[in-house]
Amino acid sequence: MSGNRLKGELKALEGDNAVAEAMRQINPDVVAAYPITPQTEIVMTFSEFVANGLVDTEFLAVESEHAALSACIGAALAGARALTATCGPGLALMWEMLWIASSWRLPIIMNVVNRAFSSPLNILCSHDDAMGSRDAGWIQLYAESQQEAYDNTLQAVRIAEHPDILLPVMCCLDGFVLGHTLEPVEVLPDEVVKEWAGTYNPCYSLLDIDHPVTYGAADFTDYYFEHKRPQWEAMERAPKVILDIGEEFGKVTGRYYHLVDSYRLDDADVAVVVLGATSGAVRVAVDRLRKNGIKAGMLKLRCFRPFPAQQVVQALQGKKAVAILERVAFFGAEASPVFLEVATAFYLRGVSTKLINYTYGLGGRDTVPGQICGVFQDLIDITQTGKTEPIFRYLGLRDF
Amino acid sequence: MVVEAKTRINLREISNKEDKLAPGHRLCLGCAEGIVVRQVLHAIDYPVVVCSPTGCLEICTGLFPYTAWRVPWVHSAFENAASTIAGVEAAYRALKRRGKIEDRVIKFVVFAGDGATYDIGLQWLSGALERGHTFLYICLNNEAYMNTGIQRSSATLKWTWTTTTPVGKVIPGKKESRKDMTAIIAAHNIPYVAQAAPHAWRDLMTKVRKAIAVDGPSFINILCPCVRGWRYNSKDTIAISKLAADTCVWPLYEVDHGIWRLNYKPSPQRPLTDWFLSQGRFSHLVAPDNANLVIELQQCIDQEWAKLEKLCQCFAD
Ligand SMILES: Cc1ncc(C[n+]2csc(CCOP(=O)(O)OP(=O)(O)O)c2C)c(N)n1
Repeated sequence: MSGNRLKGELKALEGDNAVAEAMRQINPDVVAAYPITPQTEIVMTFSEFVANGLVDTEFLAVESEHAALSACIGAALAGARALTATCGPGLALMWEMLWIASSWRLPIIMNVVNRAFSSPLNILCSHDDAMGSRDAGWIQLYAESQQEAYDNTLQAVRIAEHPDILLPVMCCLDGFVLGHTLEPVEVLPDEVVKEWAGTYNPCYSLLDIDHPVTYGAADFTDYYFEHKRPQWEAMERAPKVILDIGEEFGKVTGRYYHLVDSYRLDDADVAVVVLGATSGAVRVAVDRLRKNGIKAGMLKLRCFRPFPAQQVVQALQGKKAVAILERVAFFGAEASPVFLEVATAFYLRGVSTKLINYTYGLGGRDTVPGQICGVFQDLIDITQTGKTEPIFRYLGLRDF
Repeated sequence: MVVEAKTRINLREISNKEDKLAPGHRLCLGCAEGIVVRQVLHAIDYPVVVCSPTGCLEICTGLFPYTAWRVPWVHSAFENAASTIAGVEAAYRALKRRGKIEDRVIKFVVFAGDGATYDIGLQWLSGALERGHTFLYICLNNEAYMNTGIQRSSATLKWTWTTTTPVGKVIPGKKESRKDMTAIIAAHNIPYVAQAAPHAWRDLMTKVRKAIAVDGPSFINILCPCVRGWRYNSKDTIAISKLAADTCVWPLYEVDHGIWRLNYKPSPQRPLTDWFLSQGRFSHLVAPDNANLVIELQQCIDQEWAKLEKLCQCFAD
């Protein structure tokens, strides 16, 4: 870490408040949002900032999440820096607009405080919401801690608005686990964030009356296909920009950010791949096993879209067995999304590592280090027997 | 900034202005939507940003690589024009306050079909009106979903033929009455609400001038006869528009800062049968078997008219 790193103020913050704090410091032109547990704290806290004059943002307390994103899209088209936040059902309601935001290359920032989909109704954490919208053309970052939720929001602004990218960014944090628990968060001085965030300078604006633009014309067989291509290309450019900004952020704060993070992985025989808050429990499990001489390691995905295939393969190459842990209830495929990405990345690079997939923690169920130790034990068994069946497994599911 | 309402319409002045909707768009011959859009935009003397939801106007004016719009224009989706323009308007206020854009008056206008307004977009519209954004929302009311092929909307009159309310052996068209959208909007207590029609162009344009001058939301529900959907000859659009006012099917009135005012009283009021005879979508109603339906509808229209007249009388001095 660099010696001249900036000291911020250490505050005890829930994840939602850490995000709201970042939003206050960014002081966006427009925020449009709708309350939904467990994201509500973000909207309430930000409303207080507005009411107390701590920001001079145009804050739209709209009538639905669909309207929230629609208004952010309108605002971004008019050249404003626009932020919102939601989760679960709210994100589902936004579905149509997610695609419009990314197709128009609008650098909107949205925090998603991950929540399970109904039914049964559940307000707690699953990653169904963000994972369900993984292909909508948004960059996706996942936080392990409240600090990362804060830091990701600040970096997202720069990533989204980077001229090589111009894509919306979704910053995910586990509902309740991060959203509603207190942790120390180092909050940067306001001036530092102001300078870091700069201002958004759009290429085109609906308010540029003297240079009228048409947004949202229809395309059929002649152009639609070609108009999709730049979205792929922007995604392809994103890893470099995310890394550069992570590096620059590190120089300011001492906290360097990457696409993936390894924990005791280099010499590991068996590894777990995970994203979000459960990374914490995996770290504890790894430490416990290491004490007993078991070479366990973890790969945390900070960035899921674009999928950092290269980095994942590099980090996991040579491991004897790998388990991918996922917090989603998706149906009909052989395995869950992260597993499918990892397996594809391995296959395409001719790497054959034994892979298994766990679904864990649905609807907010706790996943504790002891259970993760069990996963590592399964991996060790695989290294001995060579048998991976069944590939798709449940972690912490009762038989009633 | 206070904007003075300059309501007198000078025809010569207007005919010398450049159209903000360029010719060459793909709207049908005789389509009222193009006529109304030009009437509305000619009445506005400020720079405008326009938003349209999915629908006939959108698809016929913005088909890449062409655009008929000489003003900034956005189409986002079918249901959300009101929140899209709300976002644009919020950005305008924020960027102006922060000195990021020039301090000049810009007006925000939505042109939306009745499907986008009465049905799928009602929640978005209601929210934007309640929040008080300064924008003019024009409903281009052709009484059905024309873009997708003449399906019923909640603006469609009872017993009308549409492709989702076909005239069958047991059901003679749409079974439900239309909703009174203009009154629903008026109940939001926004500064200016009106009904208009393109044949009464001076009335329509005067209403636009009043609407665009207010601080806050305004709404004008404008009848837009549709050649394809209503089944009439393309030269008759304006005559049909007038007939709608003369039969009291489409009363012209305004609710100006809460004051209800009738703008046109037909004398004499023409019978509803004239309305039914003028369009193919009502051809089944002209058959003798359905005389009872015509009587029912006439009663309905008369009741609505009487109610409106009474309401306006309450405010008369
Ligand atoms: C969410 C969604 N549902 C349905 C449609 C299909 N659709 C497009 S335009 C339209 C009807 C438009 O009718 P209206 O608003 O009355 O406008 P008009 O075309 O008659 O001018 C429909 C049903 C759509 N584009 N999006």
